[in-house]
Amino acid sequence: MKGEGMRVRGLDDLIKLREKGLKRLYPDKIKMTVEMATCGISAGAHHVYEAIKDRIRERKLDITLAKSGCIGFCQREPLVDVWIPGKPRIIYQEMTPEKGVELIDLIAKGDLQKEWGLCRTEEEVIFFEDEPRRYTIESGLEGREDISLYQDVEFYKKQFKIALRNCGYIDPESIDEYTARGGYFTLHKVLHEMKSDEIINEVKRSGLRGRGGAGFLTGRKWESCQKARGDRKYVVCNADEGDPGAYMDRSVLEGDPHSVLEGMIIGAYAIGAHEGYIYVRNEYPLAVKNIGVAIKQAEEKGLLGKDILGSGFDFTVTINKGGGAFVAGESTALMASIEGYVAEPRAKHIHTVESGLWDRPTNLNNVETWANVPVIIEKGADWFSKIGTEGSKGTKIFSLVGKINNTGLIEVPMGMTLREIVYEIGGGIPDGKRFKAVQTGGPSGGCIPEALLDLPVDFDALTEAGSMMGSGGMIVMDESTCMVDVAKYFTDFLKDESCGKCTSCRDGTLRMYEILDRITKGEGKEGDIELLEEIGWATTEASLCALGGTAANPVLSTIRYFRDEYEAHIRDKRCPAGVCPALITYTIDPEACIACGKCKKECPTKAITGKKKVPHEIDQAKCIKCGTCKEVCPVDAVKVK
Amino acid sequence: MTSAQLEKILKRHDHQSSNVLAILQDIQASENYLPRKTLDEVAEKLNISLARIYKLATFYRALSLTPKGRHLVNVCMGTACHVRGARMVLERLERDLGVQEGGTTQDLNFSLDTVRCVGCCSLGPVVVIDGEIYGRLNQEKASKLLKDYS
Amino acid sequence: MMSEKELVRFQIDGLEVEAEKGQMLLPVALEYGFEIPHLCYHEAVSPYGACRLCLVEVTKRGRTRMTTSCNYPVDAGIEVATATENVLRARRMMLELILARAPHSERILAMARSVGVEGTRFPIIEEAEDCILCGLCERVCREVVGANAITFVNRGDKREVTPPFWDPIACIACGACVYICPTDCIKMEERGDERTIVRWKRTLKMQPCKSCGKPFAPLFQLNWIIDQVQLPKDFFELCPVCRKQKK
Repeated sequence: MKGEGMRVRGLDDLIKLREKGLKRLYPDKIKMTVEMATCGISAGAHHVYEAIKDRIRERKLDITLAKSGCIGFCQREPLVDVWIPGKPRIIYQEMTPEKGVELIDLIAKGDLQKEWGLCRTEEEVIFFEDEPRRYTIESGLEGREDISLYQDVEFYKKQFKIALRNCGYIDPESIDEYTARGGYFTLHKVLHEMKSDEIINEVKRSGLRGRGGAGFLTGRKWESCQKARGDRKYVVCNADEGDPGAYMDRSVLEGDPHSVLEGMIIGAYAIGAHEGYIYVRNEYPLAVKNIGVAIKQAEEKGLLGKDILGSGFDFTVTINKGGGAFVAGESTALMASIEGYVAEPRAKHIHTVESGLWDRPTNLNNVETWANVPVIIEKGADWFSKIGTEGSKGTKIFSLVGKINNTGLIEVPMGMTLREIVYEIGGGIPDGKRFKAVQTGGPSGGCIPEALLDLPVDFDALTEAGSMMGSGGMIVMDESTCMVDVAKYFTDFLKDESCGKCTSCRDGTLRMYEILDRITKGEGKEGDIELLEEIGWATTEASLCALGGTAANPVLSTIRYFRDEYEAHIRDKRCPAGVCPALITYTIDPEACIACGKCKKECPTKAITGKKKVPHEIDQAKCIKCGTCKEVCPVDAVKVK
Repeated sequence: MTSAQLEKILKRHDHQSSNVLAILQDIQASENYLPRKTLDEVAEKLNISLARIYKLATFYRALSLTPKGRHLVNVCMGTACHVRGARMVLERLERDLGVQEGGTTQDLNFSLDTVRCVGCCSLGPVVVIDGEIYGRLNQEKASKLLKDYS
Repeated sequence: MMSEKELVRFQIDGLEVEAEKGQMLLPVALEYGFEIPHLCYHEAVSPYGACRLCLVEVTKRGRTRMTTSCNYPVDAGIEVATATENVLRARRMMLELILARAPHSERILAMARSVGVEGTRFPIIEEAEDCILCGLCERVCREVVGANAITFVNRGDKREVTPPFWDPIACIACGACVYICPTDCIKMEERGDERTIVRWKRTLKMQPCKSCGKPFAPLFQLNWIIDQVQLPKDFFELCPVCRKQKK
């Protein structure tokens, strides 16, 4: 949606914008919203959207169709949100184009669809208002009581959304809707009523720590940058979210880009910077698009540029697209990339808050960190610091993925235990399998075994256990995951992504990978584990940046908690989880086989033989362990040992 | 790419050498790779060495010095996709296309690459073809997808 | 106007030392006679910190960190330890890793032996052809000579140093890279009136001296220098020997 050219000069204009936004959020007629973040789209949401759009047009219905970001429950996508004035809002799950058409026909008739309902909401908590926004519900629930309330849904019950506050609730391309949920009012207060020291003090007292992985105290960083000498300073948003398995930054940029902008403008004002950069991974095209639209709208409305909200403060933002390098997520490498060089980190003795981009004071923060800022200023440091633990205040977004029932993005107060997250919010492990480990912190992190499930999620607790918080990726693994394979996977990733400068990182990850590769191929030897530990130690100590400095974590933590698996691979040439191709065999259970011939047909190396009505057999000499036969077998007769 | 077309790109980025990565990305988007001739021209017009440009072109995975296929197939190898069997999907596509990861088919129809996480972790294994994201795949389904693009 | 350079005092292995604030630790330590092994540091070019051999432990304001000394700016009151257990342990592993890239380098073998490393447990990377990716060649070519003929390409374990597109047209065959390379893996050969920088496959015809007739430097190089420095076209007619005699 394009902005309508109305500049927001002050509070009155902002209020007018909010009024328009409120009308869009809560119209007087039926509104259907399809959640169209990248996760939704990959589940087919745009087909659902098109189907509903066509139906509305065909039947000439007076229904508004909108899109929003993701409300977090990716497992159940596509999600469609139905707003009928006077009734509770309902979110429908696992929608298809056919269901979408059926749903809209039912709604047009005034009927209720219950079976597909995920949850209903009757009020919204807006941080910028004192009371929850309650919907006016006129004639009772009328059957909707069978659909759980949002706050009773197992996935949502224990969540507390600060950074994700607007995702799934607003159209990310509407600045009006952002203000209708309180957006930019805090900025107005900051620019007109608060001084730089006051703002920085508030952020310091809140205890906010960087959400990108390092967990450095944000307030202290801002203070150092503000105090640094130089009349030209920069603020940077690190949106180069590279941890495989983590996608919270993508979600915030796709679903609520203005929250990041507002945070950056507040930070820039406090620090005394007038230029900002947002460095986004180029593998996130929708996020790049949405933040671009948001910047354009903010510029049109005068919320970016000169004399913001009549305060005399100038601030502009530029978007930089990443070039496909994980190491660019490291702050000094990111700055080198913005300057037009390869993303090679540089020595840390020179602090970037004093000498960063083009040797000028630069404050870099992660997307999630920036998104927290408006709420912290609005509600105050006391409010924020009551949430979380002693050393880790506030909430954290986690991407709960892997072998877990309820996959998606969650935001919970720091200090919640891993057990609560995996079993209560996550709904446990699917297919009755046993939990094995949860990997946190991406390639810089480690695996937490079952014995430590009662660990509170907290920066320091996770680091002590040999892992780290990182950006919040939480990958759940079950008995069918091989931990040696996991270590090899991460080491392979780091070896490819290393910039290649330091001997310790480049050759350290290479050599660890070679050893892990041998072990998974049944060529491990006595002493390999000790050698891995030795290389791991040196890589950690000798490397320049955090990529090398944490590269050994996946290896060392899996050795620490799953040494028996390594030993089985090395001594017995056995993969207990049944994963490593060289150490497993595919066989056809003669009692289960129905001789349908499907596997024989699909086998790429013609390794399966069997006449009609005779159980088929796999020739082990020809078998390449591709797994195709197992996939196509209609009766699950292919066994892996 | 003609000099005039290049000039348009350079102008869009204010002829600034610090914008060289964005300039190269625009050339890549237009030509499907970075032609040597164009890079020589960029070096000249921005007054930077060809060596620096070549260093950038070989460092960043988004840039390619050899032509990419008409269709870009990216198998996600993020951790969540990996534990759900992404490697097997990749190997199946390698067999189907007759290329290794990183390669392009002889007829320049397909380029097969991996990408580490597009952020659709709940829907793994995931394959991205020409920017379209397909989730909840297995070997069969991924293989069938390619046929729609042939 | 001469600016006052601030002198700072600090300790290396217990010895009180003094240096200009902001100077890099490694050259200061070397000057005081401390033997800290290093491969990618050279006073002619900017420090890089790639080989990781010059690691030391630095204690500043109560915190001790392992850091490379070639790019660590000295400060008042720091305590440097050049040969702690940790430092030696790290140094040993770095040498083993580096030896796997340059197993024939006498210099590296000697460094390794001095800390008790006799060889490497890792498979040799033959394709490296003794290059340890220290970057001295590309730094001297870029920062000192200004020819920009070679550069680091690719990243991670695929990193190497080559001319862009393997086309050495910018190379003036000056031999600076040959001289500065710590493993001697860039060779220069002269045959008849041709000079070749072997590693970059760059062969250039040399200009014969107008007086004695001996080919003494590549014509391409001489013309490049004339162009860069705006010298008269006949500036390099005579070889250095004959030019001296003429004076």
